Amino acid sequence: MVRGIQKLLRSGRVFDFVAPNAAKDLDLSRGTVLYMEDVSVSFDGFKAINNLNFYVNAGELRCLIGPNGAGKTTMMDIITGKTRPDTGTCWFGTRLNLLEMDEPEIAQAGIGRKFQKPTVFEHHSVFENLELAIAGPKGVWQTLRASLTPLQAERIDEVLELIGLSDEFQRMAGALSHGQKQWLEIGMLLMQNPLLLLVDEPAAGMTHQEMDRTVELLTSLAGDHSIVVVEHDMDFVRALNSRVTVLHQGSVLAEGSMDQVQNNPKVVEVYLGE
Amino acid sequence: MLLGKILKGDHGGKVFLLILLAVMIAVPILNALSPDHPLYLSTYTVTLLGKYLTYALLAIAVDLVWGYLGILSLGHAAFFALGGYAMGMYLMRQIGDRGVYGNPVLPDFMVFLNWPKLPWFWYGFDHFWFAALMVLLVPGLLAFVFGWLAFRSRVTGVYLSIITQALTYALMLAFFRNEMGFGGNNGLTDFKDILGFSLQSDGTRIALFIASGLALGFGYLACRALVKSRLGRVAVAIRDTEDRVRFIGYRVEHLKLAVFTFSAMLAGLAGALYVPQVGIINPGEFAPLNSIEVVIWVAMGGRATLYGAVLGAISVNYAKTWFTGAFPETWLFALGSLFVLVTLLLPRGIVGLWRRREGE
Repeated sequence: MVRGIQKLLRSGRVFDFVAPNAAKDLDLSRGTVLYMEDVSVSFDGFKAINNLNFYVNAGELRCLIGPNGAGKTTMMDIITGKTRPDTGTCWFGTRLNLLEMDEPEIAQAGIGRKFQKPTVFEHHSVFENLELAIAGPKGVWQTLRASLTPLQAERIDEVLELIGLSDEFQRMAGALSHGQKQWLEIGMLLMQNPLLLLVDEPAAGMTHQEMDRTVELLTSLAGDHSIVVVEHDMDFVRALNSRVTVLHQGSVLAEGSMDQVQNNPKVVEVYLGE
Repeated sequence: MLLGKILKGDHGGKVFLLILLAVMIAVPILNALSPDHPLYLSTYTVTLLGKYLTYALLAIAVDLVWGYLGILSLGHAAFFALGGYAMGMYLMRQIGDRGVYGNPVLPDFMVFLNWPKLPWFWYGFDHFWFAALMVLLVPGLLAFVFGWLAFRSRVTGVYLSIITQALTYALMLAFFRNEMGFGGNNGLTDFKDILGFSLQSDGTRIALFIASGLALGFGYLACRALVKSRLGRVAVAIRDTEDRVRFIGYRVEHLKLAVFTFSAMLAGLAGALYVPQVGIINPGEFAPLNSIEVVIWVAMGGRATLYGAVLGAISVNYAKTWFTGAFPETWLFALGSLFVLVTLLLPRGIVGLWRRREGE
């Protein structure tokens, strides 16, 4: 009985969180979350991204692989507003032009990014890390006056459970293991209710058990969120069992299932065959 | 109730505020004793203590931006001096026709320079409320403009520290010029009274001491409230990993700007209380070395604790008063070696000694 009421309350509440903030501005009627077209960027004459075309569908889980220097991280920099491309277009849904927005705006619009090196607030507890990442207004005054509503506290508990850190919520983030930091960072992204998650090397430095749990976590998140995973570990990519895009010298070399990609002679030549 | 909320879990802060309160009660009583009494506190000492309290307030302002926000400001003495100048201008106008030249409007140095009339930026400083407003607004505005430019261009770390040094140095050179209209080399001095009370009287001295104590206490509470708010936690997050904060949707430059400006205003307030007690403000207060000294106080006391900054400011300045009296030549060497020793042996400052025992 009590359970039932709790569940009812939960399902009633989940709504305003699952529907991300930006959803109202975002037109996903075409089923595509991210459009990158003809994007090029060069640093000191080196073409890091070269005529890249890349699309991500709503709710899709996508893996991005490619040798070092293929432009994977640069591509994420462009999507999140850290780097501006020389040419090309980059749209979030059909209405938001990412090239006209800066990092906080893009984050607020619903694109979350996990860095290659796990980056959490080491001097804050796990709970506080998630608290600071809560979706909502983040101006100076609002932040000064902010206090945790019961709804938000519940959302934090939910995410803690999802990332498997419920027992660690009081621990300093700096004291977590490498793998736990990776999860915490993913949890911080989830607190923002993003539509699109960019996850850079989530399996780096993880044990096999941790990797399995990460695969589980990411596959469970797909559907509600679109996820782009950059990863070097081929076993991990295979376990995610998703579409794979191979990046080479700043443009897309091949796209398809892991098996298709692995049997593609071009890919074998530049990447897997080396 | 609000007080309890702000100080919840802040044992060091409670101890500090109780001591401050006790000192603010005891000092006027001890000063009122007859000079023969063994516990008598001379007015000179009261003023010296008052000066320490203003330094402590300045140290809190620096700790707020350095300890919690990660901005190593080597130019905070500039905001302190600007607050001091704003107060000094009011005190100059209070002199009236009692100056050497007896000019009812123009301060002595302007008569000496043959200036026909008061420059426009001296208007209004004959009113205390206006001067009090400027004490906060001028340092606040400078910090706002400076911070807006620096934080927007994402200048951080050592580069930011260097330009804060440049800021205070440039202000020092500017204030040294007679044409600036702030008394040049000599600065502003020879003050007579404040709000109609003679600056030489014991009562005024005690009042200034208490005002400094109140400013320090409320400044501490304001900073503690800020640090305990989510804004304070975001500030620490910015200190640790600025990019992560930006990528979860905070406008880092706005948050930095707000805290930096607030800190500059606190420093200005400290300067304004400092000037009537020492009786002079001159461009030497802008000297880059002064700002560096403040950072040393904070480092010695223990950064990111606020009360550590108070402890550092008062103990270093007490040592300075004693040392410059006993061994005037060696003070800077003593300060330097103290700093090296504390950095090596007590990376968390003096307060780190018992905070470690508490297991924090």
